[in-house]
Amino acid sequence: MTQARDEIKIGGLGASRKRVEDNRFVRGKGRYVDDIVLPGMLHMEILRSPLAHARITSIDVSKAWQIPGVRLVLTGDMMAARNLAWMPTLSYDTQAVLATDKVRFQGQEVACVVADDPYIAKDACEAIVVEYEPLPVIVNPAQAVAEGAPVIRDDKENQPDNVVFTWEVGDKAGTDRAFAQADVVSTLDLHYPRSHPSPLECCGSIADFDRSTSKLTVYMTTQAPHIIRAAVALVAELPEHMIRIVSPDLGGGFGNKVPVYPGYVASILASILLERPVKWIEDKTGNLISTGFGRDIYLRGEMALRNDGKILGVRMYTDSDHGAFFSDAQPSKFKIGLLHSAFSCYDIPVAHLVNRGVYTNKAPGGVAYRCSFRVTEAMYFQERMVQAAADDLGMDQAEFRRRNFVRDDDFPHRTPWGFLTDSGQYGKCLDVGLEAIGYQDFLTEKEEARKQGRLLGIGISTMTEPLGAGNSREYDILGIKMFDSAELRVHITGKAILRTGAKSQGQGHETTWAQIVAHELGIPAEDITVEEGDTDTAPFGMGTYASRSTPVAGAAVSMVARKVRAKARKLAAHLLEVSEEDIEWELGRFYVRSAPDHGVTIQECAIAAYSNMPDGMEPGLENVAYYDPPNLTWPFGCYIATVEVDPQTGVWDVLRVVAVDDCGVRINPMIVEGQIMGGLTEAYAMANMQFITFDAQGNCVGSNYMDYLLPTAWETPGYELHEVVTPSPHHPIGAKGVGECATVGGPAAFVNAVMDAIRDTGVRNIDMPLLPDRVYEALTKRHDVSGAPPVRTDDE
Amino acid sequence: MTGLYEEIREEPAADVPVRRVSITVNGAKRTADVEPRLLLAHLLRQGFTLTGTHVGCDTTNCGACTVLLDGQPVKSCTMLAVQADGHEVTTVEGLAGPSELHPIQEGFSDEHGLQCGFCTPGMMLAAKALLETNPDPTEDEVRWALSGNLCRCTGYQNIVKSILWAARKLQSQAGT
Repeated sequence: MTQARDEIKIGGLGASRKRVEDNRFVRGKGRYVDDIVLPGMLHMEILRSPLAHARITSIDVSKAWQIPGVRLVLTGDMMAARNLAWMPTLSYDTQAVLATDKVRFQGQEVACVVADDPYIAKDACEAIVVEYEPLPVIVNPAQAVAEGAPVIRDDKENQPDNVVFTWEVGDKAGTDRAFAQADVVSTLDLHYPRSHPSPLECCGSIADFDRSTSKLTVYMTTQAPHIIRAAVALVAELPEHMIRIVSPDLGGGFGNKVPVYPGYVASILASILLERPVKWIEDKTGNLISTGFGRDIYLRGEMALRNDGKILGVRMYTDSDHGAFFSDAQPSKFKIGLLHSAFSCYDIPVAHLVNRGVYTNKAPGGVAYRCSFRVTEAMYFQERMVQAAADDLGMDQAEFRRRNFVRDDDFPHRTPWGFLTDSGQYGKCLDVGLEAIGYQDFLTEKEEARKQGRLLGIGISTMTEPLGAGNSREYDILGIKMFDSAELRVHITGKAILRTGAKSQGQGHETTWAQIVAHELGIPAEDITVEEGDTDTAPFGMGTYASRSTPVAGAAVSMVARKVRAKARKLAAHLLEVSEEDIEWELGRFYVRSAPDHGVTIQECAIAAYSNMPDGMEPGLENVAYYDPPNLTWPFGCYIATVEVDPQTGVWDVLRVVAVDDCGVRINPMIVEGQIMGGLTEAYAMANMQFITFDAQGNCVGSNYMDYLLPTAWETPGYELHEVVTPSPHHPIGAKGVGECATVGGPAAFVNAVMDAIRDTGVRNIDMPLLPDRVYEALTKRHDVSGAPPVRTDDE
Repeated sequence: MTGLYEEIREEPAADVPVRRVSITVNGAKRTADVEPRLLLAHLLRQGFTLTGTHVGCDTTNCGACTVLLDGQPVKSCTMLAVQADGHEVTTVEGLAGPSELHPIQEGFSDEHGLQCGFCTPGMMLAAKALLETNPDPTEDEVRWALSGNLCRCTGYQNIVKSILWAARKLQSQAGT
């Protein structure tokens, strides 16, 4: 008890410690890539394709060169001459850096101009004349696999069609048998629309090649600096020790800043050619139309059900739209990410999933947008299917879930698609949520309102998801195992510096990592500096995305602190003149077991490490830990929304949102709650307004914030947060990932609520976003409303 | 430093159109010769090295570039520097006093009103304009006043709390 109290006092585990990052941010002293100015720096702009699919017949750059202040014009041919026209993606595909043969999506990079300032560079881009021969455009999977469809990736050998891959998991024959025995088969066709992570800060880089040292320094917006260093070494064929990637403050990431983008590569080449620093800062349209989008998957879902509510089997057949290049950052063994983590919280005997990935004339990506590799789609599909199944059985949606949950005493539990879930209290979380929302009272209120013609609805979404890739047996990107790292150096006065292979984009690592060290060593959190994002100083790590920081790098922080503590124990034994076995540890202090008053603090051990170590002991007090987790962590979320739909307009308002999150032990409850509220807002956004679609010609409808709607403070509902704590059985401090949970689980709660409100129409589905016109169409026409994009017809 | 926003030289460059502007930025008068097309956000960031004003969307939607022009919030990414000639501009760097943070800055830190920090300067300046005309706003009034500013991290709830925290602190300061 004393220890817990002391620990909060020093900013340890469980303290809602104020963030140390905030002091610079509230003063406007954050240092984002665009804030960095290097002597002699030039500016690069990108000319993008206006067409979605076209052959390039000519590029005339002569007028661009005539503009004073232009230093370099780069085209695909110039890149090709240096073997840089194409680059490998993180998913074993290739992607054009600058187009040579044809353009394959609207916004594709065609040429770059480097000039004295960005205005001149933009002028010069407009002076470049490109002639195109338009080609037929493919904007969805149905078109992509249609007979006679033009082959988008005619640059690739052995690519006769537009199918990127087909990926299958589960037991087909067993699932067929389960369906043959079903009392009821529930089916649902869904589309999870394309969306864009859209951090407020766009992507950018400053490449600085120094000929005199042959060193390339790149300041860039990346969530995974070490992966980028490896990629640059491979693509640019530069020695890895001569590459330094620095990821400074990031204005959000959400998965958008994981892939390697052509702008980075072009700025690096430009700096090498010009021997001057070259800055590239993307504008918002460039970001929205060319960089990693999220989602864009179609589902045919089927559930075999017994009349008593038991799920007997599940089928998921999905088509994923990857755009023109397969450039997702997926673990290499799982082509469609962790889509097969769907239904992990339910006890499903048998299941079968097939995903077909296709190329289309849309921007590449399919990135993990606040998501552990397609988990967001998985859980949306799951929870929409679950609600439809409950409806088909005429069963209460909460009760249906409860009957199918994996029980608390059934862990570890192997899912039919191969995951091993390890912990959770699913029923308890649901109970806490139902109690908080006042479930029975709301059902009564809803019935009363119905009599007056008002449409109230309640939606539930419950899910467990795999966070913290990986374990190295199963998870790697380009063969690099998905471990992470931490390096801790305790200074002579007992202060310390910690570096990790993760990279905060707003998650507050500078605050929370210090709290883990405080917990392990008893050094006050305020005495610990945290540094990330510089590959010259940070230990190798796979970066921050897919909610993996706390599960993997956070665990490494614990482990490195324990290594340091082990050495400090030897120093303590020396100082106390007893043997190590006679020493006990309490927060921040070693003492002699038989004489508890006789002890030394961790700070005294630090001094001794530099001034009074025993004979034969290596001086210093520091270490490094590489942590390879034994399993993913399995947080659980229960999200419940109540809504009212206006039958006259189709507009729906959120009445209340209750979130119950079980992310294990919370390092900093304030920051966890901040993550959950941010995640809920993205969930609300996707359910309500936020999507990117394309017209039949492949024009991106959503290329700026006037067309791509994001919720403001005005629309965004308030949230009521609750918690259940089931520690991770394998994480050193029992923590689980949490950053994406609400974004993953939340959308279905809102959609289920609206579908519940309009249940009387018999409509089974409206695809997201549930725009008023879609809801109105469902209400008045009484049919499902699909969000599938338009299909080009012959006469267009 | 580029030719677009050099501080005053004896002889302006020959063939680039140039306009001289004088803007009082955070209380100090700044004079510069600028291209007429130069955006105010770029003059502040690159010319005056006040990089706390962020450019998010280029289209007046996200509000990361919000500054106060004579006390009114404006989006400096779609305002020309020449339009600010003769006016007073307050940026985030002008919020804190010599020794202590402005209550709005304290509120954002205290109530966890920021995560990545990119929207924060614009949010705080929009809040400052609100609290100067409405020192005791309701939650809805705060939300409405912020509806020109996007945040992708926080979900706004803590931003609203931060501003209400600041309002209380400012009122208690005014009362003493």
